[in-house]
Amino acid sequence: MYDVAVIGAGIIGTFITRELSKFDLKTVMIDKENDIANGTTKANSAIVHAGYDAKAGTLKGKLNAKGNAMYGKVCEELDVHFKRIGSFVIASNEEEMESVKDLYERGRKNNIPDMKILSQEEVRAMEPNLNEEIIGALYAPTAGIVSPWELAVALAENAADNGAQIKLETEVLGIEKNEEGYVIHTNNGDVKAKYVFNCAGVYAQEINEMVASRSFSIHPRRGQYNILDKSTGDLINHVIFQAPTKLGKGVLVAPTVHGNLLVGPDAEDLEDKENTSTTSDRIEFIREKSRKTTTKVPFNKTITSFAGLRAVSNVGDFIIEESKEAKGFINVAGIESPGLSAAPAIAEYAIDVLKGITGELKERKDFNPRRKPVIRFMELSDEEKSEVIKKDPRYGRIICRCENITEGEIVDAIHRNAGGRTVDGIKRRSRPGMGRCQGGFCGPRVMEILARELKMDIKDVVKDSKEAYILTEETKQNTPEEVVVETLEEIKIS
Amino acid sequence: MKYDIVVVGGGPAGLAAAIEAKKNGVDNILVIERDRELGGILQQCIHNGFGLHVFKEELTGPEYAEKFITELKNMGIEYKLDTMVLEIGEERVIHAINTVDGFMRIKAGAIILSMGCRERTRGAISIPGSRPAGVFTAGTAQRFVNMEGYMVGKRVVILGSGDIGLIMARRMTLEGAKVLAVAELMPFSGGLTRNIVQCLEDYHIPLYLSHTLMEIKGKDRVEGVVIAEVDKNRKPIPGTEKHYDCDTLLLSVGLIPENEISKNAGIALDPVTSGPIVNESMETSIEGVFACGNVVHVHDLVDFVTAESKRAGKNAAKYIKKEIKADAKTAKTKPGEGIRYIVPHMVRPENVDGTLDLFMRVDNVYKDMNMVVKIDGKEIKRMKKKHLAPGEMESVKIKKEDLGFKEDAVITVQLEKEGA
Ligand SMILES: Cc1cc2nc3c(=O)[nH]c(=O)nc-3n(C[C@H](O)[C@H](O)[C@H](O)COP(=O)(O)OP(=O)(O)OC[C@H]3O[C@@H](n4cnc5c(N)ncnc54)[C@H](O)[C@@H]3O)c2cc1C
Ligand SMILES: Cc1cc2nc3c(=O)[nH]c(=O)nc-3n(C[C@H](O)[C@H](O)[C@H](O)COP(=O)(O)OP(=O)(O)OC[C@H]3O[C@@H](n4cnc5c(N)ncnc54)[C@H](O)[C@@H]3O)c2cc1C
Repeated sequence: MYDVAVIGAGIIGTFITRELSKFDLKTVMIDKENDIANGTTKANSAIVHAGYDAKAGTLKGKLNAKGNAMYGKVCEELDVHFKRIGSFVIASNEEEMESVKDLYERGRKNNIPDMKILSQEEVRAMEPNLNEEIIGALYAPTAGIVSPWELAVALAENAADNGAQIKLETEVLGIEKNEEGYVIHTNNGDVKAKYVFNCAGVYAQEINEMVASRSFSIHPRRGQYNILDKSTGDLINHVIFQAPTKLGKGVLVAPTVHGNLLVGPDAEDLEDKENTSTTSDRIEFIREKSRKTTTKVPFNKTITSFAGLRAVSNVGDFIIEESKEAKGFINVAGIESPGLSAAPAIAEYAIDVLKGITGELKERKDFNPRRKPVIRFMELSDEEKSEVIKKDPRYGRIICRCENITEGEIVDAIHRNAGGRTVDGIKRRSRPGMGRCQGGFCGPRVMEILARELKMDIKDVVKDSKEAYILTEETKQNTPEEVVVETLEEIKIS
Repeated sequence: MKYDIVVVGGGPAGLAAAIEAKKNGVDNILVIERDRELGGILQQCIHNGFGLHVFKEELTGPEYAEKFITELKNMGIEYKLDTMVLEIGEERVIHAINTVDGFMRIKAGAIILSMGCRERTRGAISIPGSRPAGVFTAGTAQRFVNMEGYMVGKRVVILGSGDIGLIMARRMTLEGAKVLAVAELMPFSGGLTRNIVQCLEDYHIPLYLSHTLMEIKGKDRVEGVVIAEVDKNRKPIPGTEKHYDCDTLLLSVGLIPENEISKNAGIALDPVTSGPIVNESMETSIEGVFACGNVVHVHDLVDFVTAESKRAGKNAAKYIKKEIKADAKTAKTKPGEGIRYIVPHMVRPENVDGTLDLFMRVDNVYKDMNMVVKIDGKEIKRMKKKHLAPGEMESVKIKKEDLGFKEDAVITVQLEKEGA
């Protein structure tokens, strides 16, 4: 019997689980996927918004500003890439300048620090590559960029280091309430817990309706992106949003924490909660839209495109509350943008909801907020590189040739708590395959290392999800007759 | 550590260059290779067809490589395997790492770059759809099948008709997979004619020219793809879509010279080839740094790589012996009508031995053309060509005596219609 079960290992579930691990509680986090952060958290804009966007008085408004302010500390503790690079909202005409001023006013109500309206000259001085037609911008220096899955993985690892349990490949199929709390039925056995946090992203509605009648609904809204080669990351230095107009929100252009360039997203309401496909018309659309920000994006340097699904609720604000019909069942639902930015504050707020039910919780004395630092070989000085290889020669073997990722880093990413077990899981943790060749060279090597370290057959190594097998069988499985044909054919060729 | 010549990359280019440098009197040579064995991409090309020009016999890739590896070893040239060059710094100091020596700074008298190339990926050509497992570049699939001993799928569609794609169509078929189709965006194939015949036609694998991939289906593993015909502007024609149920998509959509180290070192690159700008000695824009093989421009025959690399090796040796005239007068090469690029980009006739070899590719399929070489507008050579295609590299030899010209001359090669 657990004290708390957290359903969903996205950024919300992992933040809440880590927060719970500060207390004397037996906690378990459950996810249907085979890795942390395999839902919306792996496919978004990765922006830690300053917080001027949301209406004052909403949860979104309150928690975004607060969450933003918390980012520096948590990323430092967990050794996660985060850069406070600031954001612009650009205006290309007077009407857009009006909405920039509105955003400034909204931001003041939300207590966003240090915002400024920039003149055309100031914009140009700070961002020389932007479109010449821009006449001004809202500047918010506290906006940042982060690696969302890196953060979620680090949170899960730190929570596990502090005693929380993680159950992946565990899909919640039904939930029963009894006197003691809840029995969560999964494909992987039953999980019993006194309290439940529902952090299931686009599926939060379905999970809620396992214990209560409909109080909100969630539908998916897809957003597509282009991501460009690292050689393009310095085209701009800030997150550049376009001023919202009657026609919509526009797309953003932003560097990523790893120095790539991100362009997107659009917004498209769908029915299917699994449909993260990209489409050529939408990719074309975001490329076209980005020209308003800058005409200089070299789209021929695109290394990949992807799509994410926002969990849009009919409520219009984050839903963070105990179910009225199910005591001890706390919904954390409708967490659309700025959910990533607000996540640290959402977690605190959610714990307060729990405290409202249980009374004060007992803090653990031995909670360790830090995780073991990650060695990122290429970020070291020459002397440090030398030292690291002396201690562990595996750091002297480059596996990923584009990003120069060493075997040591990959082995480390496998063996940590909440370590990676799939090719993409390793890619998200230490970046082999994130580069120009997208795993063309290192894919086979990463599979070999995974199979060796996890003592599994290489044929069982998957790309991402459980069914995403890569190899089918060993070669030379042909019947003797076929081999004869093969030899004949070979003779004919030469 | 200190060497007269350091060769970065131990593929056929690097091996040939190192051997030739040694033959030209330089002893202190090091070859650095990041893979576990020498031989480069040839090690995974187990089909035959290598070496017709150099050895007058048909060898497989590993056999061809082996000849050079044996010669290198017999000559006592040093090499380091499993060693990655991270950076080429000022004054030709190379930063490299491996598990045995750790982090190394190696000072080189001259450097020869021979890092080869890499394949273009799905992202580079922006294929829409879901992102399941089962999408491989043809080279990755080749490595799995030929070197690691695993099959990557059962029902296969191949996008792009470059040589690696064609070779893999045959390889997968021989391993028991069903190759349903090869789709090519251009109205002509990017591969050698002999590969179209021997890898597709012999196995009744259909090749659809002027076709592109519209969509990849399947959430976890590829479940199908849609291809469609394109019009003159390479836009898909509605109504021409064909659906294939398949579990695997192989991409053979082009190679890109591997020049990140060169770029970071400040070496000037040609935007058309994506390789360094070189002169007749295969020297790059940084003095004492030479380049050869696929790192300069993508070759379709390893024999051409060998010839070009010998030139780089010989000239690196001359450089060490201070036999290159750096301030000699210089001409530029310029691709004319019908020609996409020419390598080398610059020529100093005084440094040419005997003949100057120009390598180039045409920009379309042509029949019955004349290839015309001019220096400052004056024709010096004309060759009849029955068939020209972008997939087959062309070369032109110019005698040294024909190169007498004034400073800043321009050497052009262009196509002219037969009889025009
Ligand atoms: C296009 C786009 C752009 C965005 N940009 C930003 C941005 O720049 N800044 C920002 O702050 N926010 C942004 N967001 C929002 C942010 O990404 C989300 O708010 C955040 O990732 C939500 O996290 P989550 O943990 O709620 O959901 P998820 O990451 O989706 O996690 C939910 C988890 O629940 C699991 N689950 C679901 N059902 C079950 C079940 N039955 N059993 C077990 N497990 C289950 C899923 O597998 C999943 O891992 C963006 C979102 C999108 C889509
Ligand atoms: C599928 C396929 C089929 C082919 N078929 C034929 C054929 O039938 N006949 C024919 O004649 N030719 C064929 N070729 C062409 C020929 O094999 C190539 O042109 C030739 O191998 C190129 O040689 P290279 O040395 O330039 O590059 P590569 O063989 O790619 O060698 C480059 C080497 O450099 C190493 N390297 C790169 N960066 C670093 C670094 N930073 N540090 C250390 N080492 C590094 C790499 O690991 C690699 O070993 C084929 C090629 C392919 C891919």
